[in-house]
Amino acid sequence: MAKSRAFDVRRQTGFVPIALLCFLVLYLPIILLVVYSFNKGESIAIWEGFSWQWYVKAWQNEKVQDATILSLIIATSASLIATSAAVMAALATTRTRGFRGYTFVFALINQPLMIPEIVTAVALLIFFAMIKVATGYTGLMYLIIAHSAFCIPFAYMPIRARLQGMDLNLEQAGADLYGTPWRVFRRVTLPQLWPGVLAGSMLAFVISLDDVVITEFVKSAGQDTLPTYMLGQMRRVITPEVNAISTALLAISVALVIAFYLLSKGGTQTNRE
Amino acid sequence: MIEISGLSKTFGLGANAFTALDDINVEIRQNEFFTLLGPSGCGKTTLLRSIAGFVDPTSGSLTIEGQDVLPLPPYARPVNTVFQNYALFPHMTVAQNIGFGLEMQDRPKAEIKQVVGEMLELVQMAPMADRMTSQISGGQQQRVALARALAPRPKVLLLDEPLSALDFKLRKEMQIELKRLQSETGITFVFVTHDQEEALTMSDRIAVMSSGRILQIGGPKDIYDHPAERFVADFIGDTNFLEATLQSVAGEVATVTLPSGKTVAARAVQGGGQSGAVTLAVRPEHAVLTKESGLLDGVLENIVYFGTDTHYHITLDGGSAFVVRKQNQPNTGEGFEVGDKVGVSFEAGVGQVLRD
Ligand SMILES: Nc1ncnc2c1ncn2[C@@H]1O[C@H](COP(=O)(O)OP(=O)(O)OP(=O)(O)O)[C@@H](O)[C@H]1O
Ligand SMILES: [Mg+2]
Repeated sequence: MAKSRAFDVRRQTGFVPIALLCFLVLYLPIILLVVYSFNKGESIAIWEGFSWQWYVKAWQNEKVQDATILSLIIATSASLIATSAAVMAALATTRTRGFRGYTFVFALINQPLMIPEIVTAVALLIFFAMIKVATGYTGLMYLIIAHSAFCIPFAYMPIRARLQGMDLNLEQAGADLYGTPWRVFRRVTLPQLWPGVLAGSMLAFVISLDDVVITEFVKSAGQDTLPTYMLGQMRRVITPEVNAISTALLAISVALVIAFYLLSKGGTQTNRE
Repeated sequence: MIEISGLSKTFGLGANAFTALDDINVEIRQNEFFTLLGPSGCGKTTLLRSIAGFVDPTSGSLTIEGQDVLPLPPYARPVNTVFQNYALFPHMTVAQNIGFGLEMQDRPKAEIKQVVGEMLELVQMAPMADRMTSQISGGQQQRVALARALAPRPKVLLLDEPLSALDFKLRKEMQIELKRLQSETGITFVFVTHDQEEALTMSDRIAVMSSGRILQIGGPKDIYDHPAERFVADFIGDTNFLEATLQSVAGEVATVTLPSGKTVAARAVQGGGQSGAVTLAVRPEHAVLTKESGLLDGVLENIVYFGTDTHYHITLDGGSAFVVRKQNQPNTGEGFEVGDKVGVSFEAGVGQVLRD
């Protein structure tokens, strides 16, 4: 920092190396994970040549199949429920004029982001245990409800952003042109909101698909999702099968993130005059 | 047609309470071009939105063709609005926008198609029927907004400064187009503007508003020539104010004594007093400048040339300022020079006594 120039964070000593190191730490393991998913041997550290065998193994593994189906059922249901709830919550927090306790409601909706996940997990475990005792029901609903609950804020954020950017006059114009509240919602609000709804539901889907902590606490015996199955596997032998499953999950996530990006970009474009 | 009486609107409560409309009384006639004119924040939009149903008045009554509409939600009122920012639906085409109101009324498909076609012709947008509303210009959007509001044939069309976003030339075109639509459709127009010239050129009648109240209602000429209050005289056009003494009132004729001591007949104001100190308003173009002594005398301070006319700024003998506006003739050279002693005169009945 010899000559005094305008302050620029990039000129701090060591900024570039640190940034590079961060990227390396973040992405090198992922690259290795992907590479070793194609390993011929049983090791996840010693390269023995290329093969698809772990993908084939994972594909044929019944436990993996069951866990995948369960994961998809839970993620789809949770995403649908969370998105519907988020649409209503977003409408309530942007379309009504500021009411008492507004901040409180806002905090309430975003609660899962602020409370440590483990606390939620333990609380749900105890709560659901009580219900299980009372009703004897041990089905999937517990997982679906739990996932829906913690996915709401993720679905809520893009929907709310979209609603806030929306011209209130449009709905008034709809009402002025003889549209009843429900028809105005269907014909004016929802089409405007659609990119946000899609983005929110995809985000919720990925978050649900990825969850370990809450699932691990809430699940009943034999209910393994992909992440909890993998966790169980890791405790025993680690083979590149886990790499293969992870890589597949990674591919789904990346695809959804790209779709999310394209949708939100397309959304802002149609919004422009 | 529309009868509004005792209408008031207070926003907020307690210490934050703000009265946006204060005892509004007005009757708008069938197929009238009625304009609400006033400065920003005077309550024009609030009054319009009360008619449309987006504002719930605190007190008063509002009927359209004898029907009390205050209990009705916006979608049940026979009223359509052209919003200030148009509020076109961005996810629909021009034609779908125009057909929206008819569709919400569950009219048959064939009828919707026919009416949309007529409306597209009316606002000369037929070639762009299938464009998205983001793909047309500002003036075209404005016409679509107009067509969308007209398509369901409302009894009343409300327009909230619909021309304010347009450039000068387009604005002039749209003013003419609006007048044409009004006479062709027979619909009652309630038009909001803060542009006095626009109000004067387009309206059948104007209501001048200030701080939530209607100060005066009348035809453009009436409002311009005979403003009843200082605010109205000041807001519309330029005016000279003279401190005068009212001698007597006989019907519409008031006799006033000017500061110079001379007496002249002026127009009396409704509900004004019979005598005492009053303010007299005289339009600059209604007064004449003379080299001889006139009703008022003073010294020419400044001459400003404006092309079509010239403004003469005079300091009267009492010290107050007065402006005379004179239209320019091909053979100018009246021979007035700054510093000249001049007289100012105006005919009987030209001055207007103001309510205080
Ligand atoms: N929802 C509201 N809550 C509180 N005050 C309001 C509300 N709506 C309007 N007002 C106030 O009422 C007054 C009149 O507002 P209004 O929008 O009717 O003015 P306007 O005459 O249309 O002005 P402009 O020419 O700027 O559009 C303003 O002082 C405004 O601040
Ligand atoms: Mg306004």
